[in-house]
Amino acid sequence: MNTPSATAGHAATPAWKEWLYTTDHKRIGVLYLIGSMAAFGVAGLMAIIIRLEQMDVGMQYISSGTQYNGFLYFHGAAMILAFLIPGLTGFAANYFLPLMIAARDVAVPRINAFSVWLFYFAIVLALLSFVIPDAPDIMWTGYPPYSITTAANTSFYVFTVHLLGFSSILGAVNFLVTVIYMRAPGIGWNQLNIFTWTTIAAFVLQLIFIPVLAAAVTLLLFDKYLGTHFYDPAAGGDVLLYQNLFWFYSHPAVYVIFLPAVGILFEILTTMCKNQVFNYKAAVYAGIWGIVGIAGIVWIHHLYVTGMPDWLRLGHMVTTLLISVPVGILTLSMWGTLYKSAITYNTAMMYAVACLYLILIGGLTGIPLALPSLTIHLSETAFVMAHFHFIMALFAAFALFGGIYYWFPKMTGRYADGGLATTSFWLNFIGVNVTFIPLFIIGVEGMPRRYWDYQMFPQFDGMHEIATYGSFIVAAGMLLQFANFIYAAVAGKKAPLNPWNSQSLEWTHTQSPPGPGNFIDDVVVDENWSPYNYNKD
Amino acid sequence: MRLLTATITMATTAMLSTQAFAEGNLANPPAAWEELWNTVMLDITIIGVILAVAAVWMLFKFKATSPEQVGTAKKLTAVQAISWALIPAAIFMADDFYLAAKGWTVWNDYRRVPENAMEVKVTGYQWYWEFEYEDGTVTDELVMPVGQPVVLRMTAEDVIHDFGLPHYRVKEDVMPGRITYIWINPIEANETIVQCAEFCGDAHSDMWTSVRAVPQAEFDAWLSASAEESDFDIDEWKASWTKSQMTAAR
Ligand code: HEM
Ligand SMILES: [Cu+2]
Ligand SMILES: [Cu+2]
Repeated sequence: MNTPSATAGHAATPAWKEWLYTTDHKRIGVLYLIGSMAAFGVAGLMAIIIRLEQMDVGMQYISSGTQYNGFLYFHGAAMILAFLIPGLTGFAANYFLPLMIAARDVAVPRINAFSVWLFYFAIVLALLSFVIPDAPDIMWTGYPPYSITTAANTSFYVFTVHLLGFSSILGAVNFLVTVIYMRAPGIGWNQLNIFTWTTIAAFVLQLIFIPVLAAAVTLLLFDKYLGTHFYDPAAGGDVLLYQNLFWFYSHPAVYVIFLPAVGILFEILTTMCKNQVFNYKAAVYAGIWGIVGIAGIVWIHHLYVTGMPDWLRLGHMVTTLLISVPVGILTLSMWGTLYKSAITYNTAMMYAVACLYLILIGGLTGIPLALPSLTIHLSETAFVMAHFHFIMALFAAFALFGGIYYWFPKMTGRYADGGLATTSFWLNFIGVNVTFIPLFIIGVEGMPRRYWDYQMFPQFDGMHEIATYGSFIVAAGMLLQFANFIYAAVAGKKAPLNPWNSQSLEWTHTQSPPGPGNFIDDVVVDENWSPYNYNKD
Repeated sequence: MRLLTATITMATTAMLSTQAFAEGNLANPPAAWEELWNTVMLDITIIGVILAVAAVWMLFKFKATSPEQVGTAKKLTAVQAISWALIPAAIFMADDFYLAAKGWTVWNDYRRVPENAMEVKVTGYQWYWEFEYEDGTVTDELVMPVGQPVVLRMTAEDVIHDFGLPHYRVKEDVMPGRITYIWINPIEANETIVQCAEFCGDAHSDMWTSVRAVPQAEFDAWLSASAEESDFDIDEWKASWTKSQMTAAR
C-alpha cells in the first residue's frame, strides 16, 4: 500500500518511521485495519478452540474450565472491542469519511494519531493476558461479584476498556467536528453519504455512553483492589448496579457496530445497483437517528431474568419491540434500493446480499428475545448467542469484508476480486450457517451458552459436532480470504480510479490511493449533487 | 390493501387478547410458553418470507444488462416518502403491540404464584445447588409431588448463578443479597434437570442436578428419609447469612 507520500518529499525518512509518525487519516485507517484484523485472527482462533471443545460431551482439549473461560473471554472481548469497533469506526471511518465529504484530513490529525496508538496499547494489553498467570476469565461482560472474587486479573480487562474508551472518545470528538465543519463547499446535510451519517451516529453514541461503561469498570477495579463495596451486597452495595451500567453502555454499543455496518452496506448497494437510496430522509432521520434515540431506553432486555421489577421488564419489552420501527425503516430502504436498479454482481455485492440475509434472520430472531415471557426460557442459551452472532457479529463482519472488497481498488489501485475471493465468500457464507443454525435449534431446547461441557444434554452432541465442522469451514474461508488480500495487494489485477462507476466523492475525485491532502483541486459541489445520483433524468 | 386489512386484524386481535388476562392459563406456564413461541415464530416467518421473496425476486429481476445501465427508480415525492415511512411504521407498531399484549399475558402466568404453592428455598453456591423444604430438610436435588405447584425462593451465597429449568421453560438469576422467585407446576411424574445459566466460573457447566416430580407418597417417603440423613445445621447456615440477605429474606 504505497501512498505517493512514501516516495515524494521525504526520501530520507524510512517507511516504518513514516507510518509510526503519521498523522494522515488514510494511514491511520490502515493501521486500524491491521490491528483489527490481527485481533480478528487471534479471536477467531479462540472461536475454533471453543467449538472444538464443545464438539463432544466432556473435556476434550482444554486443561480446566478456567482455561476455557479465558479463551471465551478473549474471543468475546477482542471481537467486539478490538475487531469490530476499531474496524468500523477506526479503519473505515478514518480512511473514507474524510474522502466522502472531500476534507483534506480530520479536524485534529495529531489526536487522531493518538487514538490509534491508544488502540494499539489496548491490543498489547489484551494480548498480554495470554502470557500472564491468571488471565482474565470473566467473559466480555465482566459481571461482579464473580469478576471481583475470581483469582484472575480483572485489571487487564478494566485497563483495556479504559484505553479503548479513551481512544473512541477522542475519535468521536474528532470526527463529529470534521463532519460539522470540514465538508466541502456545497455538501449539505441531505447530501451526505449514508456511511457518513451512520458513522457520526455511532460516534454520538460512543460519546454519550462510554463514560458510563468507564465508570462501571472503574468501580469494579476499586472493589477488587482497593476494598470498596460498590457491588458488594454484604456491605450495602448492589450486585445489579454493574449490570445496569454495563448494559446502559453495551446495548448502544451494539449499534456502534451495527450502524456503520449498515452504512457500508448502503455504499455497496447503491454503487452496485446504480440506484439512489430508497427514501433517504426516512432512512437517515427516522432509521439511523431513530435507533440513536431509542438506544438508551432498552437495556433491561439484557436483565430480563435478574428479578427486575415487573413494570421495568414490561416497559422495556415495549421499547425493545419498538426498535423494529427504525430498523424496519432502514431495512425497507435497503430493499427499496434494489427496486428498479441495475445490479452488477461482484465480491463486494455478494457480501452485501449476504448481509441482507443476515439482517433478516438476525433481526427477526430478536423479536422473541424482546418478550420477557419467552426470554424467561431463552436467556443465556445458545439461541441468544446465535441471534447476536447473526445480527451483530456476522452482519458487521460481512459488511466490513464487503467494504474491504469494495474499497480495495481505492486503497491499493488493484482489485481483490477473483476466484479466490469467490471461493472464500462461499466458504464463509456456508460456514456461518452450518455453525450457527444448529446452535439456534439446540438453544431453544435449552442448551446454555458459556458451557464447555454438557453432560446433562448428551442428545445435543450431534448438533454441536455439525456446528464445529461449520466453524472449520469458516476458518478455511477466512484463511483463503486473507491470502487473497495479501496476494491482491501486491499482484492483483490493476483497477482504474473509479472501477465501479460510483458517484461518491471518494471514487470520483481521488487517486488510488489518494495522495497527501487527498484532493488535487478543491472540491466544490452544487445542490443537485448527491453521492447516489445515477439516474440523471 | 391486504397489508392494511392484516394490520387491522392484528390490532383487533391484540385488543381482544388482552382480555384473556383474566382467564390466563395459570395451570401450566410452559404450555403458554410453547403457544406464544409458535405465535411469534409464525409472525416472524410471515415477515421473513415476504421480505426474502421480495429480495430474491429483485436480485434476479434487476440484474444490469450492460455496464452503462443505471437504476431507473424515481425520487419519491414528499407524500410518497412520508407514506413509505409512516405506513410501515404503523404496521410494525401494530405487530409490536400485538406481540406485547400476548407476551404480557404469558408473563402474568409466570409471575402469579398459585396460593396453594409449596415453598422451597434455593441457594446457589460455586458450584452446586441446595434446597431447603418447609420442614427445614436440606437436600441436593429438587423433588416435588406431582400436581403440587412449587414456588422457589432463591438466593446465592457467593456469585450470581441462574436457576434454569429447561423442561419448565423458566429461569431466573439467583444473586447474593437478593431473593428472586419462580414457580412451577409439575403436572406429570418425570425426571428433568436444573442447570446454572449465569456464568459463575470454573465449573459453571457442571452446576446441575436432577429435578424430579414423583407421586405424593413417594415424595413423603423421600422427604423423611432426607431429613434423617441430613447432617446440615440450618441455624448455623442462617447465621452465616449476610445482613442484606436477612433483610431481603424478611
Ligand atoms: C465467524 C466466526 C465465529 C465463530 C465460529 C464464533 C463462535 C463463537 C462461540 C462458539 C461462542 C461461545 C459460545 C458459548 O457461549 O459457549 C462465541 C461467543 C461470542 N462471540 Fe463469537 N464467533 C465468531 C465470530 C464472532 C464475531 C465476528 C464476533 C464480533 C462481535 C463475535 C462475538 C462473540 C461474543 C461477544 C461472544 C460472547 C462471549 C461471551 O459469552 O462472553 N464472534 N462465538
Ligand atoms: Cu441490547
Ligand atoms: Cu453458573
